[in-house]
Amino acid sequence: MKPDSPSGSPAPAPLVSLSDVRMQFGAVRALDGVSLTISPGECVGLIGHNGAGKSTAVNVINGGLTPTGGTVGYRLADGSSASGAGGARAAGIRSVFQELSLCPNLTVAENLRIPQHDLKGWGWRRRAARRIAQALDQIFPGHRIEPGMVVGDLTLAERQMVEIATGFAEASAPAKLVILDEPTSSLDASIARQLLDHVRGFCARGGAVIFISHMLGEVFEVATRIDVMKDGRIIDSRRTSGFTQQSLIDAMGHVASQEAVTAVRENADERIGEQVLSTPEGLSARQGEIVGLAGLAGHGQAEALSRFFMSRSGTMRQASKPEVVFVAGDRGRDGVMPLWSILKNLTLTHLPALSRKSLVDSVMEKTLGADWKARIGIRTDDMNNPILSLSGGNQQKVLFARALASTAPIVVMDDPMRGVDVGTKREAYEIIRREAASGRTFLWYSTETEEVCQCDRVFVYRNGEISAELTGDQINEENILAASFEMQEHAA
Amino acid sequence: MNGKFRILLPVISLGVLLAAVFYLQPRAMSYFGLNLLFNLAVPIALATIAQMMIIMVNDIDLSVGTFVSFVACVTATFLNDSPLIGVLILGASILAYAGLGALIHLRQLPAIVVTLGMSFVWGGLAVLILPSPGGAAPGWIRTLMTVKPPLVPMAIVASVLIAALTHLLIMRSATGTLLRGVGGNTKAVARSGWEIAKLKAGAYGLAGFFGVLSGVCLVGLTTSADANIALRYTLLSIAGVILGGGEFTGGRVSPVGAVLGALTLALAGSFLSFMRLSPDWQIGAQGAILILVLAVRLIFSRKTSGQGGAA
Repeated sequence: MKPDSPSGSPAPAPLVSLSDVRMQFGAVRALDGVSLTISPGECVGLIGHNGAGKSTAVNVINGGLTPTGGTVGYRLADGSSASGAGGARAAGIRSVFQELSLCPNLTVAENLRIPQHDLKGWGWRRRAARRIAQALDQIFPGHRIEPGMVVGDLTLAERQMVEIATGFAEASAPAKLVILDEPTSSLDASIARQLLDHVRGFCARGGAVIFISHMLGEVFEVATRIDVMKDGRIIDSRRTSGFTQQSLIDAMGHVASQEAVTAVRENADERIGEQVLSTPEGLSARQGEIVGLAGLAGHGQAEALSRFFMSRSGTMRQASKPEVVFVAGDRGRDGVMPLWSILKNLTLTHLPALSRKSLVDSVMEKTLGADWKARIGIRTDDMNNPILSLSGGNQQKVLFARALASTAPIVVMDDPMRGVDVGTKREAYEIIRREAASGRTFLWYSTETEEVCQCDRVFVYRNGEISAELTGDQINEENILAASFEMQEHAA
Repeated sequence: MNGKFRILLPVISLGVLLAAVFYLQPRAMSYFGLNLLFNLAVPIALATIAQMMIIMVNDIDLSVGTFVSFVACVTATFLNDSPLIGVLILGASILAYAGLGALIHLRQLPAIVVTLGMSFVWGGLAVLILPSPGGAAPGWIRTLMTVKPPLVPMAIVASVLIAALTHLLIMRSATGTLLRGVGGNTKAVARSGWEIAKLKAGAYGLAGFFGVLSGVCLVGLTTSADANIALRYTLLSIAGVILGGGEFTGGRVSPVGAVLGALTLALAGSFLSFMRLSPDWQIGAQGAILILVLAVRLIFSRKTSGQGGAA
């Protein structure tokens, strides 16, 4: 679909124009031909589900990433055009990121020194303090932040306020386009209101804003245009009045392959038994059930899993007879032992069961390794090869085997299919299905809706809390999306 | 932990130790006594500042001790005999430090391993230059280190100067702030268009510069050098930074605190001598003092972070 540009009076020359931008990370195509322009006075709401390409698009627009195809051009204050990261800075493109990008060891004023390269020489501290105080006063009147305060001593909300103020603060190249990525995620309602008012005022004065938020109410309130992204493309772009919340949700989603879903669920009734876990926050699962944790990335799913896992593991007794095992998604950080062999990686959690007189029985270890190599098809000639000789998908299989080879009745999976090829995914689904049929319970956090749709029950997370529990036929992309994004108007 | 509390602890620990020394040995409370107590603290303070530059960017330098020894050997030989070559060697060693900083960042090497390796290089060079203890201090540095300013002894004046100048450089200047930013949030600094490799090279270069100052001062005090003259500086400098309220990660350092920490460590040695503790026990006792101070700091930071959580 071709984005129809909003009609109206002849638009001023765009600040940023992307034409057919493509971005490839290895085999992953993050942006697949994105074209858009942003003109002064516009506030563009950028909406899309996990992995739709929003962050990549933002990083291309602010010059942080150089696209593998297509062009990005900026218009400078004097009317000439520029490109690259330097061009973006000169054109007054600023980004306020979702993950905090302040230096906690510096003061509020000192932090302004990082993005503003012209702050140096005599009196720079005074100038920095004036600029940041001015911006804070203007956006968040009544704030209690002093320029001399150390950022590490501020609350999360105050840090976010500082970060936003930094985005709008006066500088040698005045802010023309400010990209706000989930700016209100840790602000309370009244502060968020101040921000929305400021964004509207900023655009009215000829500035431009890209506004990314999971709170659709906010997006509808400030955006003049909404661009919907999916699979690295802008699939719909209209004036805000051309969307309703429902049509926006519809635009984001797509129909999940129905046959795959039914294949898993067909024997659900005979498979699922008694409740085996329930946490204070409302997460629960029954024996043999595959429970999905869904929602936008970073809304507390991984934390909920690790809280649950930690509460059920870590004692001496549990080392040899674990109640819960963990399949890591971030293989490099909490999965793979990079210098060890495939076999050693696989048997890591079973060493207590494999040892006699506190020595590891290498014959038993080898048997176990060979058994699992055959069962889940790890593609290697020799289990003694280093783990890093395997592809990402096969490394993930080893981690699956490590978890499944134990006797633990509950398996916790933290987005395990991250960066795994389609073939391995299918095999992994098969393994999960088989294990569930034999009575294991799975807690499965995934950022991919297709995977979540394979589950018997789904908890959707938003802002660290469960916002919906879906079962059976309720589990579809539309319901998950609706629960991931906040529909109500932001209360003032 | 609040910045104001951070500087309080090194001040208190130095004060307590100084009071204890004066109680044990009232004669130390004089111009001459103070100079004697703190004389050797000046090169330690400079080495501590060098270490602080590295810790500021989240790395650690295990080669400070051998580097200072190397500089001391160069000072007692080349800098004395043919000043031009001496200055060139010292300049090149500062550049080598800067290059190491860039290399560590560009290749993503662990600083602890690289600097450990470099410590053998510096140590080897020191032995090559001065196989047996000897050499002579250049006259001008000898004069500088033994100058007797009115009222306050040289060691105190020098410490105050070092603290004030590095405070200006690191805590007040725009460049120093940027360097601390690298320690605080490297990604944010990189995203704002700064070249981290250059900044790290700058921090390491500063470390090399202060390491050179430390070695030169040391020879000014001892009048001769030895390839092993400053080996203990590595641990002393790390301890000094931490005693002074610095932290291993996060760019939280304090130049004033680092100088105070170095003075405290130097004083701890004298204090233990006044206690008539056998030198065999001194290193252990010094460690005990360090653990004590850090334990106090932990209690401090627990309390303040507890308040922060409640707020």
